[in-house]
Amino acid sequence: MSLPDPSFLVIQCLSGLTYAMFLFLIASGLSLIFGILRVLNFAHGSLYMLGAYLTYYFVSQFVNAPGQFWWAVIFASLSVAIIGGIIERFLLSRLYIREELNQLLFTYALVLILSDFAKIVWGTGQLSVSRPAILKGAVPILGQYFPEYNIFIIILGPAIALLFWLILHRTRWGRFIRAAALDREMLGSLGVNVNRLFTLVFAIGAWLAGLGGALVSPIVAIVPGMDVEIIINAFIVVVVGGLGSFWGTLLGALILGQVTSFGILVLPRLSMVFIYVLMAVVLILRPWGLLGKPLQR
Amino acid sequence: MSKENWFLTILVLLLAFLPLTESRFYVFLGTDILIMGLFAVSLNLLLGYTGLVSFGQAAYFGIGAYTCALLMKKASVAFPLAFVAAAVFGAIAAMIIGFFCIRLTKIYFAMLTLAFSQIVWAIAFKWNSLTGGDTGLIGVNFPAHLDSPIRFFYFTLAVVALSFYVLRKLVNSPFGRILTTIRENPERTEFIGINVKLFQLIAFMISGFFAAIAGALFGIFNHSIFPDFIFWPQSAEVLIMSLLGGIYNFFGPVVGAAVLLYLRMQVTSFTQYWPLILGTILALLLFFFPGGIVGFLKSRQVFTRKNKCS
Amino acid sequence: MTVEKVKKSFDGFVAVNGVSLSVKKGEICSIIGPNGAGKTTLFNLITGHLPVDEGKLIFKGLDITRMPSYRICRLGMGRSFQRTNIFPRLTVFQNIQAAILAHRGQSFNFFKPVEPFFQEETQAILERVGLKDQAEKVSGSLSYGFQKQLELGIALASEPELLLLDEPTAGMSAQETHHTIDLIGRITREKGLTLLFTEHDMGVVFSISERIMVLHQGRLIAEGSPNEVRNNPDVKKVYLGETR
Repeated sequence: MSLPDPSFLVIQCLSGLTYAMFLFLIASGLSLIFGILRVLNFAHGSLYMLGAYLTYYFVSQFVNAPGQFWWAVIFASLSVAIIGGIIERFLLSRLYIREELNQLLFTYALVLILSDFAKIVWGTGQLSVSRPAILKGAVPILGQYFPEYNIFIIILGPAIALLFWLILHRTRWGRFIRAAALDREMLGSLGVNVNRLFTLVFAIGAWLAGLGGALVSPIVAIVPGMDVEIIINAFIVVVVGGLGSFWGTLLGALILGQVTSFGILVLPRLSMVFIYVLMAVVLILRPWGLLGKPLQR
Repeated sequence: MSKENWFLTILVLLLAFLPLTESRFYVFLGTDILIMGLFAVSLNLLLGYTGLVSFGQAAYFGIGAYTCALLMKKASVAFPLAFVAAAVFGAIAAMIIGFFCIRLTKIYFAMLTLAFSQIVWAIAFKWNSLTGGDTGLIGVNFPAHLDSPIRFFYFTLAVVALSFYVLRKLVNSPFGRILTTIRENPERTEFIGINVKLFQLIAFMISGFFAAIAGALFGIFNHSIFPDFIFWPQSAEVLIMSLLGGIYNFFGPVVGAAVLLYLRMQVTSFTQYWPLILGTILALLLFFFPGGIVGFLKSRQVFTRKNKCS
Repeated sequence: MTVEKVKKSFDGFVAVNGVSLSVKKGEICSIIGPNGAGKTTLFNLITGHLPVDEGKLIFKGLDITRMPSYRICRLGMGRSFQRTNIFPRLTVFQNIQAAILAHRGQSFNFFKPVEPFFQEETQAILERVGLKDQAEKVSGSLSYGFQKQLELGIALASEPELLLLDEPTAGMSAQETHHTIDLIGRITREKGLTLLFTEHDMGVVFSISERIMVLHQGRLIAEGSPNEVRNNPDVKKVYLGETR
């Protein structure tokens, strides 16, 4: 048996990294919302999908404008953030006094509604967005070519991670957010408007999902069903890394990215089973994930 | 006889006369409702009675369907034996999966049930030689002696009625009462001397057993079996059925199943956007009717002595 | 029941720091100490709700250190909780009946209807704790005081030999407190129970305890009869600040 071509391995690895960065964007939003609001947002994949569809929409609105792709990304992700904020403020928050199952089920109701909404507005066919002009090319790596756009994503991922870490640890609101994860009642009695904080957190989480969808639009086919596909993988990332853990999410995304990338080649029939087995094993042996905090009694 | 027993008797009698309407549609719908009603009630044993939110009950439904059909088709096993084997298989699967899941609580429990259910789905999806993979298992015929929709309907009616009878006895027994205390307060139940984990596991197994029966029936009724039966939206749909009907009531899930299936049939005849309707129903349910249909109806009645609804 | 050098920490905070004590059959003992002294944690360790980090727990001659809660309960330990811990959607009657069902080994009875079981025994306990008129009420809708009485009823339904009560009169008015303590005292003497309870109300503590143990910052700092403890300078310091 011959050894695989090293350049091939590198390309696969980079593909895995690219996918990992998208997963990280979406999963970090999911993790943030769970960590602070204690809501597992099933609809997170739907927000990602909306980000992609809205990017398509804005690109078609900004025809022939300079930098149309980037403007579309900005508008799309902000739109999703606003939608998220509205959902939290006017709908989700009304369910906080009830048991957690109700909030979870509401987010599932959103999945159903948003999925059909996308179909109604944009139809069931595949849509696509072209890559931005400055990143249209490919870079030669060890004799093979790798898209510039993907490299951009690989760099952008950690950059956004760093940005978030800075916000969480160096700003006032960041400190409030971290405090809310630990003890929201205490925070409220300190005079912080916890309701507004929750809306803000949900909006940020939605923004991350929307951004992920917006940035992924040139690479994948924009179809209904992309919401369901990504949310399961986001769940796995968040479970493996640790619900509510920032670095855990990054680690989980990296792991899942590589597993997906290589799994398809090595054991195509088992790779699908494998990621679920991974999720189950983590939950059985170490439910708080690789970097989360151990569960308390 | 209690109110619920009256309901069951009237239901069985009504349904027994259904085929006389000479309507293939009603026989079809009736069979569908009975099967899904059983599935929903089996789920509710966990959800409404024991307080366990499982997102993976479709796994046992699918296991029941595949086991029964495969035994009949590929191993030429006689239907009665295949049917019982399917149910037992479902219970065993529930035992294995449940053993791992009950060690966790709440959201982690739910996620692990989902993970296991997805593993079962992935196996069904990929094991082409056994399950037919994505294209599914087709050509599942009515078994001998039950080879018409009407006969199968009566068989289903008998099986489901018997299952309901057994399950009702169960939930009204001391065992069933302990399950409700576990739902209300697992910590306190532990300290009245109950091995809570053991009871949760038993409930899990019973639920899996009856879900598998429902699945076996459905596989034959549908004449084909697809991995879709196990995919997580199926688990979500049966959960919604239970909630719609009302989880704190034995027959609530049956009502929910009937309403949902009927609605789906009507809606899909003039639009493809059933998920939109379903999602809206679920949202309305959560905001305005937390007790489900039965809960809502009960709250309108004179205050009953054993009012357990929210 | 004996507690030997038991230690428990949470994330570095030592809640119980090498506590040793013992309670003899038939004794009425209380554990007192300022808030945060570790009283509830100690109870949780004894009843098996929390695992100990170090030390041993012995009950009726058996090592219960690693035993699961439900087994400890079956051995004959009963407990009431600081925050009311009942079965809210069940009626008062059903709450008590469930506890009796569990205790009398009927929990695996799958097929008989549950209503007629142990009617007399349940009524007896309801009367004992003064909830006879509330029997058909949904327990979650009861007032705090009644819920506390139900708490006690559930604990008694398991026919324990050792009863652990965590702040049984918390949040009660003076009259209710007096009534509750009276009731507890009578039941304890009637059934020959061993009683170990925690309290903040010193009047209660000194009125019925035979022996008092004082906990402070996870350590046992004093032990003895009510008079001994009352005059103990360490205890005074802990409760009242510097003494003269």
